[in-house]
Amino acid sequence: MKLSDKTLQYVDRLIPRYPLKRSAMLMILHAIQEDQGYISKEAIEWTAQKLEVTPIQVYEVVTFYPMFRQAPIGRRHVKVCRTLSCALRGAYKVCDSLQENLACELGHTSADGNFTVEFVECVAACGSAPVVMVDDKLHENITPEKAPDFAAKLKAETNATQPPSRY
Amino acid sequence: MAIVERRIIYRNIDQPWYTTDIACYQRYGGYEVLRKSFQRKPEELVQEVKDSGLKGRGGAGFPTGMKWSFLDYKSGKPIYLICNADESEPGTYKDRQIIYKDPHQLIEGVVLSAYAIKAKLAFIYIRGEMFGGARILEQAIEEARAQHFVGDNILGSGYSVDIIVHRGAGCYICGEETGLIESLEGKRAYPRIKPPYFPAVLGLYNCPTIVNNVETLCQVKHILDMGGKEFAKIGVPGDSGTHIWGISGHVVRPGYYEIESGKGTVRDLIYEFGGGPPPGRSFKAIIPGGVSMKILRVGEKFKVKLPDGSPGEWGVLDIPLDSGSFAQCGTSLGTSGMIMMDDTTDMVEALANLNAFYAHESCGQCTPCREGSLWLKKITTRVCNGGGRMEDIDLVKNIADQIAGRTICAHGEAAAWPCQSNVPKFRDEWEEKIRAQMQAREHADGQPAARKGIRLV
Amino acid sequence: MPAPTSVTINVDGRDLQVPAGMNLIDALEHHGIEIPHYCYHPKLTVAGNCRMCLVETGMPMKDRATNQFIIEPDGRMKIGWGPKPAVACTTNCTTGLHVRTGSPLVKDCQQGVMEFLLVNHPLDCPICDQAGECKLQEFATDYGRGYSRFVEEKNVKPKRTRLGPRVTLDDERCILCSRCVRFCSEVAKDDVLGFIDRGSYSTLTCYPGRELDNNYSLNTVDICPVGALTSTDFRFKMRVWFLKSIPSICTESSVGANTEVWSREGKIYRITPRENNAVNDCWMADSGRELYKSVESPSRIDFFAVDNGKCIADKALNRATELLQAGGVGYIGSAQSSVEEQFLLWQLVKAEPGPVSLISHTRKGDGLLISNDATPNLRGAFLTSLLRELPKADINDLREKVNTGVIKTLFVVHEDLSALGFSEDLLRRVQIIYLGTHANATSNHAQVVLPGLTVFEKTGSFVNQQWRAQRFFQAVPGPAGTAPDIQLLSQLVARVKKVTASTAVSPASLWTELAATVPALAGWTWESLGSSGRVLDASAWAHISFSEGKSLHFDPAAITSVATG
Repeated sequence: MKLSDKTLQYVDRLIPRYPLKRSAMLMILHAIQEDQGYISKEAIEWTAQKLEVTPIQVYEVVTFYPMFRQAPIGRRHVKVCRTLSCALRGAYKVCDSLQENLACELGHTSADGNFTVEFVECVAACGSAPVVMVDDKLHENITPEKAPDFAAKLKAETNATQPPSRY
Repeated sequence: MAIVERRIIYRNIDQPWYTTDIACYQRYGGYEVLRKSFQRKPEELVQEVKDSGLKGRGGAGFPTGMKWSFLDYKSGKPIYLICNADESEPGTYKDRQIIYKDPHQLIEGVVLSAYAIKAKLAFIYIRGEMFGGARILEQAIEEARAQHFVGDNILGSGYSVDIIVHRGAGCYICGEETGLIESLEGKRAYPRIKPPYFPAVLGLYNCPTIVNNVETLCQVKHILDMGGKEFAKIGVPGDSGTHIWGISGHVVRPGYYEIESGKGTVRDLIYEFGGGPPPGRSFKAIIPGGVSMKILRVGEKFKVKLPDGSPGEWGVLDIPLDSGSFAQCGTSLGTSGMIMMDDTTDMVEALANLNAFYAHESCGQCTPCREGSLWLKKITTRVCNGGGRMEDIDLVKNIADQIAGRTICAHGEAAAWPCQSNVPKFRDEWEEKIRAQMQAREHADGQPAARKGIRLV
Repeated sequence: MPAPTSVTINVDGRDLQVPAGMNLIDALEHHGIEIPHYCYHPKLTVAGNCRMCLVETGMPMKDRATNQFIIEPDGRMKIGWGPKPAVACTTNCTTGLHVRTGSPLVKDCQQGVMEFLLVNHPLDCPICDQAGECKLQEFATDYGRGYSRFVEEKNVKPKRTRLGPRVTLDDERCILCSRCVRFCSEVAKDDVLGFIDRGSYSTLTCYPGRELDNNYSLNTVDICPVGALTSTDFRFKMRVWFLKSIPSICTESSVGANTEVWSREGKIYRITPRENNAVNDCWMADSGRELYKSVESPSRIDFFAVDNGKCIADKALNRATELLQAGGVGYIGSAQSSVEEQFLLWQLVKAEPGPVSLISHTRKGDGLLISNDATPNLRGAFLTSLLRELPKADINDLREKVNTGVIKTLFVVHEDLSALGFSEDLLRRVQIIYLGTHANATSNHAQVVLPGLTVFEKTGSFVNQQWRAQRFFQAVPGPAGTAPDIQLLSQLVARVKKVTASTAVSPASLWTELAATVPALAGWTWESLGSSGRVLDASAWAHISFSEGKSLHFDPAAITSVATG
């Protein structure tokens, strides 16, 4: 596992800010995931050493928090909120539409490796339901009617960019 | 208009003339409260908050001044202030607006509160999904630091406090204050048992800690601006200040509205501000305060005590928008995130949607919530899939009764209250739905006839 | 004013005296009231997660205005009962605490928790080793509703996985009480276990690639309230309700961990720790548990022999007596022998004097329950006058005497001289009387072989590093045709002294003699050793620097020479 210099410097600057090293756990795991795309076994052991805890104590955390993943996913992470307010305004239909238009099965990565479509729980944007998060951006008011268009734009945007060279 | 907004916290939100940088904040009076409050002693500031009668805005509604007064100053351990920005209660999205659109108000509130409780270090624990929010807050903190509003020797007072923005990673249970503390310590977010782990005594690193909601800390700034006794005049006795109502679900104009507590009814909110139900439909059910609160069925009537002490009766739409009124109707204002459901809503599917949420978010530490929440999900999913039995109706309520009050943290109540209220209040729907399923099963070849999964629409 | 050491609480209408500050589970146990629980363990930090110990609690109410207790018309204080039930494991006893353990609410809580625990629990009782000593079974019977309303599919998790070399894990049975995780972290100081995933899918595991392999791993099996963690060695061997348990002492080191030996019809199936809060709490090392396997080892000496020919006991004892009476005898005693055996050996030495040696068996302990001394009863040798100073690492002196012919006969107990520098040649030259349990080079060269019994097959006592005399009892009979070591030794003493042997020699009778001859044991009886041992006055040996360092409940620097009861 080769972390970028930027990540390594960030981690070294971050740890001393906390009164106890172990507190930096979540932030370090976020940084590793942003760097590598996912959290490998090697990353877990590296983090354990950095924070002076045992590997199981990092592994426990990685599996507890849903935002951390232990395997690579598609280039674009599409997360549809499924909790009540969004569900009332058609979130399940939106998800069906996205699955169809992005050629991606729920909970899996599309065959072309471009998309992973998942349900997530409430992302605190209920006033603009239904909402979809793609990577780190929130897209509001993605109704079932607007979903096909949204998917089309997303596909165009994804195809226009080079895949990042992090894997 | 019977109902008006009073934008104290949300004064700057969505205003065309407002940007999130510190210059703009200061142009409109930002950090003036900090300046004048730092001339006073911390104990005075705590007294103002006590006088204000402010109740926490994170859902539990515990008086903030009282919470601060529980701090253990005798132990000599460092004191920590944690801002709970892990907004995850479904239906709630008020803190997001503050974080993204007026971050400096929060920063000022955090520094003021840290100074008042003599905290050594402050954290803002923000949910991991708010990527942009974390960046905006970090930027705001650096802007504030450059002007000595945060960090070493604030405004030359000798008091120093840093603010660390700490990102969560997708757990509702990190919104529970002791779960948040465990998460901040780098562990699984298992809430702690109380006794003995009351955060004000044994909190972060077993040091005295205060965990307050984003909006609460912003309210503190305004309390210190106008004075606690003045603040107490806003709203109604027992629930001072404003509430930021976020409406969502089946309503024409979902959105957020800051209303003085008690100065308006549910009807005002959902019709005048919310625009009423979608065309051709009527409201059926309301969850007042984030999905964890007990549901109200439009048409229910409540025998209540009116503000003047005389007995009265309210329908659901008559309930005034303050915490005491909702409590009288057997539910709670909670985080004031109101979810509307109209007559097209299948109430069983609505409950199944929530049960799936609670089962997913249960941390798994204590038996009733861990096993009970997943069991509830399995039952209601089965009913949605067409496999319901008449005994499931009472079973769901009974399981919820076995969870509430028996768990380590309030996630037990949160998982139980929707079931305990939805089932008795919409029993007719449950019975009708299951009766139809049983008939369908009789006539089918053994396969359930209904569609798969919880879909709602 | 000092805080009260005992307070009055009210439980189900009865006033009870309990230690102040103690948690309700422990406090009520002393009064014979059971509060069912899973995750609570007196030796571990409190977790409070199983929620089985929920009880109703209340405190006397005070009038806010007058600050006086509110008194009801019948004269009793008004009790303010808590709005929610509280867990007894974190409720500490204070004056005026009122508790209800059997109210309808408490019963509903217990039935609810039992139902929840069984919802995803597999129907494994017929194949689960824990059956018969399973808390789920017991509490379901005593506190459960008696039926389940669950008709969904149960969660599936890994079953019968190897968690470590000696422990098997079945995740479906696990009730996530976290006792094992806390034990490994707090007692064994080996943070190797943890829970992964979340909610009802939480699973106990080690980090992939690591195992639960520390030398205390089997204690997690003892404390696991269900059959999730089981001993791989004991797996499927015997149903526990057929087993009889006898108290014993671990002979692995001078810690003297208290044990239970479980057997059926003369065969031992397992060893578990026995609680002694002054010695080993409720733990023991894995390595000590395996010692029972030596009982049926192929090298077991279960016969009497003279000149390599098996014979009857009488012949062997007579030949031994002849050799002893011929003079020039040297003795090699053993710190594995019990106090009673060492006492009899000393009688033999007095009857036929000669130099006495014991062999030192020291090694690095682990600071927990394995001390630096690998024998259970070195101090017994001092007590019985066999030794006056610590045994040397070598026995060159003795070997010299044998070489030069000063010593013609060696009486050897439990030791292998070839490991101590005795050549084959030397072993052949000297006459050897061997008393021991397993064959070795020395016993193979012995003129007389007397079969000894293992600790599991006889009754006696050891003195541990704390100078605590602790009793162990016979769990299984020795091999056919053998007798306890004290019988053989007392026979030898009588024959050498040319008197009639006592037919009624027993630990009790020997302790009467010990009490009369050893000043530190004046007034003691066999019975007075009790079930958790008795510390003796060791001031006579305070100048001896024993090899042990600190371990659980033992600090050599703090040893006092005051006898405690």
